[in-house]
Amino acid sequence: MRNILTICRRELYSYFVSPIAWVLLTIFALLSGGFTTLITVAFVKASLEGQMTGQQMTMNVNEQVIGPLFSNMAVVSLFLIPLISMRLFAEEKRQGTIELLITSPVHDLEIILGKWLSAVIMYAALLFILFLDYLFLFAYGQPDWRPVATGFLGIFLQGACLLALGTFVSSLTRNQIVAGAIGFSLSLLLWILNWTTSFGNSPTVQFFNYLSIVSHFDSFVRGVIDTKDVIYYLSMIFLGLFLTSRSLESLRWRA
Amino acid sequence: MIQVEGLSKKYARQVAVNNISFSVDKGDIVGFLGPNGAGKTTTMRILTCFMPPSAGRASVAGFDVFEKPFEVKKRIGYLPEAPPVYPEMSVVDYLRFVGQLKGVPGSELKRRTEEAMERCAVTDVRGKLIAKLSKGYRQRVGLAQAIIHNPDVLILDEPTSGLDPKQINETRELIKSLAGDHTIILSTHILPEVEAVCKKVIIINKGQLVATDSVEHLKHRGGTGNTVQVQVEATGVEDAVAVQQRLEQVPGVSKVLETSRSNDRFVFEVDSLSGHNVRPDVARAIVQSGWNLLEMKSTTFSLEEVFLQLTGGPVTDTAGGVQ
Repeated sequence: MRNILTICRRELYSYFVSPIAWVLLTIFALLSGGFTTLITVAFVKASLEGQMTGQQMTMNVNEQVIGPLFSNMAVVSLFLIPLISMRLFAEEKRQGTIELLITSPVHDLEIILGKWLSAVIMYAALLFILFLDYLFLFAYGQPDWRPVATGFLGIFLQGACLLALGTFVSSLTRNQIVAGAIGFSLSLLLWILNWTTSFGNSPTVQFFNYLSIVSHFDSFVRGVIDTKDVIYYLSMIFLGLFLTSRSLESLRWRA
Repeated sequence: MIQVEGLSKKYARQVAVNNISFSVDKGDIVGFLGPNGAGKTTTMRILTCFMPPSAGRASVAGFDVFEKPFEVKKRIGYLPEAPPVYPEMSVVDYLRFVGQLKGVPGSELKRRTEEAMERCAVTDVRGKLIAKLSKGYRQRVGLAQAIIHNPDVLILDEPTSGLDPKQINETRELIKSLAGDHTIILSTHILPEVEAVCKKVIIINKGQLVATDSVEHLKHRGGTGNTVQVQVEATGVEDAVAVQQRLEQVPGVSKVLETSRSNDRFVFEVDSLSGHNVRPDVARAIVQSGWNLLEMKSTTFSLEEVFLQLTGGPVTDTAGGVQ
């Protein structure tokens, strides 16, 4: 446990000492701020129009602002997550520092968990910005906080799972760009898998839809924590970390 | 301290290390010598538990590298060919991290970090980013990293490669100063380095163990007997032939060879059978015959020749030369 924290702390040090963390935070702040503003303005406009034309419309901040905002940011994070995970192992391999880690009295699993945990914390820091955006909605309205909480849980789990896969991808190469590109394609692939639903509802389509990372996110936004979705995320995290440990071990046998 | 028996490492297409055995005693500084690609790094990586051997056994401080890697790793400080440093970290933060990683208890961490920095003379750059350090400093930070947990064994892979002559000297001195407390294996392809630093040499070539001996022994290993080089002042070529003939008559001398001449000075190499000290007789023979003996010295093979001989490289004309 101590080793996991040691490694995690060093990784965070690297994130925040180098420009990566700050660039990511800035991009995320701009995008989440932009989305929040646009969606809120559209919402306010619609409600004003509703009042002026005298139509009775049900306006719901949770459904019309918070929900879409979560969905958009979940897609944005698909693009940013490979940038967080790509350096984890690729950089160590390029610098040769992987030799230090492997010849130190720590288990492979501790190295992997430490690194993944640091990436998850980095991602959580991004989500904190989104949380700040939501505070404005709470300041000027009375949204239900529960779907917001489950939404955060969902977007967090989705990120943790993509980061686990990204960690694996990063352990395959010594080139960060390659790791980033593969991680990005993987994110994209997992995203578009649920577009198959337009082909009907055959078992194959259901299978692909279940594999898709985004389809598990929707229920969280609606305020539902479905065990099926949680299990999906947890098993993907397990898969990613397991593959990383295999990959790290193969490095040892091939090297 | 280190026992290696029948160690082999095969990669997909080549055999990097083939059935080598050696042992290193506590407190020794051992030079691990071989041309590039001889299998030095592979052997070191096996000893440091970076990779397992394909066959054979290796143990460090009584612990097998394959069965008890944790115990081995705790007792080894390893400096790979490129110092494993994080450029974005400051020296002191980096060393503290390595200390934690190597299991230095929190209460001792600060003291050990200071000691390692002191020992490797990097205290003056403690707050600097490693990215900003010169290569020599970086190498010393690498060494500090290797000794931070006070390991029994230090394994240094080409610790002086890529440094300038001044830095090389400093690094060698540093390594020598660490010898008392640690058993050290250092790999190199630079021969004078072994002569300057090590007591014992392990020579490998193409994955095979070629020789393992003390530096002194190896130097004498080149010929069976000893060679004496004499410089004689004589007049004319006929005289030189006479000198050569006279020297050949000295008891115990096996061969006399004229190696160079300038004006009236002739240099001969006198080979003797082992067990004979021919020098007094050679000197007497020359002087009693009326020639002037200008110089006489005993030559040993330099490590370089021994090395080239053992690894099957080209032997240059200067064979038997003196330093």
